[in-house]
Amino acid sequence: MRTKSQNRKIAKAILYVVLLFIAFLMLVPFAWMLSSSLKLDKDVFIVPIQWIPENPQWSNYVKIWTKIPLAKFVLNTAKLTIIVTLLQLFTSSFAAYAFAKLNFRHKNTLFLAYVATIAVPWQVYMVPQFMMMRSFGLNDTHLAIICLQAFSAFGVFMMRQFYQGIPDELCEAARIDGMSEYQIYGRIMLPLSKPALSTLTIFTFVNTWNDFLGPLIYLKTESKKTLQIGLRMFIGQNSSEYGLIMAASVLSLLPVLIVFLSLQKYFVEGIAATGVKG
Amino acid sequence: MAAKNRTVDPDVVQQKLAKLNLQLKELEGQMEKATDPRKRRKLIAKITAVEEKIKQAKTGERMTRQQRRDLIAYSFIAPNFIGFAVFTLGPVIFAFILAFLEWDGNNPIQFVGISNFLDMAGNSRFIASFKNTIVYCIATVPLTLAAAIGLAVILNQKIKGRNFFRTVSFFPYVASLVAVAAVWNMLFSPAKSGPVNMLLYTIFKVPANELPKWAASPDWVMFTIVLFSVWKNMGYYMVIYLAGLQGINAELYEAASLDGAGTLQKFRYITWPQLQPTTFFVTIILTINCFKVYDIVYMLAGGSNGVLSESAIVLVYHIYEEAFRNWNLGYASAVAMVLFLLVLAVTLIQFRGEKKYAN
Repeated sequence: MRTKSQNRKIAKAILYVVLLFIAFLMLVPFAWMLSSSLKLDKDVFIVPIQWIPENPQWSNYVKIWTKIPLAKFVLNTAKLTIIVTLLQLFTSSFAAYAFAKLNFRHKNTLFLAYVATIAVPWQVYMVPQFMMMRSFGLNDTHLAIICLQAFSAFGVFMMRQFYQGIPDELCEAARIDGMSEYQIYGRIMLPLSKPALSTLTIFTFVNTWNDFLGPLIYLKTESKKTLQIGLRMFIGQNSSEYGLIMAASVLSLLPVLIVFLSLQKYFVEGIAATGVKG
Repeated sequence: MAAKNRTVDPDVVQQKLAKLNLQLKELEGQMEKATDPRKRRKLIAKITAVEEKIKQAKTGERMTRQQRRDLIAYSFIAPNFIGFAVFTLGPVIFAFILAFLEWDGNNPIQFVGISNFLDMAGNSRFIASFKNTIVYCIATVPLTLAAAIGLAVILNQKIKGRNFFRTVSFFPYVASLVAVAAVWNMLFSPAKSGPVNMLLYTIFKVPANELPKWAASPDWVMFTIVLFSVWKNMGYYMVIYLAGLQGINAELYEAASLDGAGTLQKFRYITWPQLQPTTFFVTIILTINCFKVYDIVYMLAGGSNGVLSESAIVLVYHIYEEAFRNWNLGYASAVAMVLFLLVLAVTLIQFRGEKKYAN
């Protein structure tokens, strides 16, 4: 008996060592980022690594705002992210209600159009999409990015999946009580679908905030650029300003970190739900 | 309701009704003869539609009930569908056509048949990008899968600080790529002073002239990219595996314990087989995501001007450079078709597999 419990203790100990090692691997780049963001460029690569800088250069965090139009980049990104997320939430939950709870002509054909395009990666049609946007005069505008991101088939698909889990009887009862379809959507379905809406919010928020290729193709004027391409541009032009690059990186991570930590539960549940159902 | 009523000529209504009744009789006659259940169902639908029309003609309303329902449904779909049709569906269809055209965006479009596809075979950058994409896939998929399943199994145990460890493993996935790629480029700096190279030099005693040049060396660049993407993405797939693990019946493990099975045996004979649907699904999305790789490569190997050499170029980058640098729009779309076919092949495998794993 004793050896068995001893074995178990050893196994537990090994487990924790492995875990700490993994956590170390995951966190080291972030720790290094934070620590370097407070250093002078010449001190970044000094060995042994100084994890806590002796002489923290808080000025890096001040300088970066004047070195590049960081405030403008943040503002652009925030604007795009908020508009895209709101549009995505509203239009996909609205459309998903019809697909999940209403019967109408051409329902299957229309839904098939959505399903079929989910299987086509954006990279396959980004070229004709760009040419189309350009012919609309939307090249180098924020509107192009909004149109590109806000009407994804994924959102409709996900919300429909969720609505199908809500019993039809609920809608039937409301119809008998004389509610219109819009009222059923607004007063019954929306409040019930908070978890799905939260998941969609986080996915859209993180994707739009971190999107790179879209803004890279469309946004040419510096004052219109998003945080990601602005940051990348700065890195390309000043690749040896390590301290500033890291300070900007830390700043670009913060919003996502905050959103992620506060809504983490929905994020994990969302992946699990879409993942298991396939 | 009165507002909706139309003042119509009663003769016209009578004519209409007679015609509709005739249709109805004919359909009912067909119905009696029909035996095939699918045909019967179709006929029933037609009969209901005609009956609705008769009702409409009698009451004189502008729309049948079904038509009104359709309109309401369309009003729900419209805001999303219009945007979707214009900005997604249209370009998707256009992409297929564009692959057979020659166009630089300004001059008139020319139809060139399959010559864009023939050009690919002679383009060394296309061949390199195709090869690299496949190599990246073959390396990344199993490594990510193994890392994800390992993490999930460990983090499914009852341990202290489990949520902390889960959050930590997941965070690289949500962190912005530009920022983490910048750190990686510094950590894996090709110089001897790069932190990772320093570690290899001081602790593992790798001679200074044999230190890997990571993203700067044609031999190491793919390895660096694969390593980075495994690190960045494994948290995501871990979450899917965690959900899969929670679906395994605990009684299976209890029974195995009673039979004296060890940890490894339990994994081999319970966890792994039970997770097969999850593994299948993860492999599919992982493979598709690997085909679409672009930004990771661009940021790790693109240098300051974002130009990829043949040792690191991938399909999506090839599409990007041909379309937006050289304005060979038709050719770029043809390359996009190759990407599409790769993804389609995997999707078809997925459909077949889903049938198998549905129950």
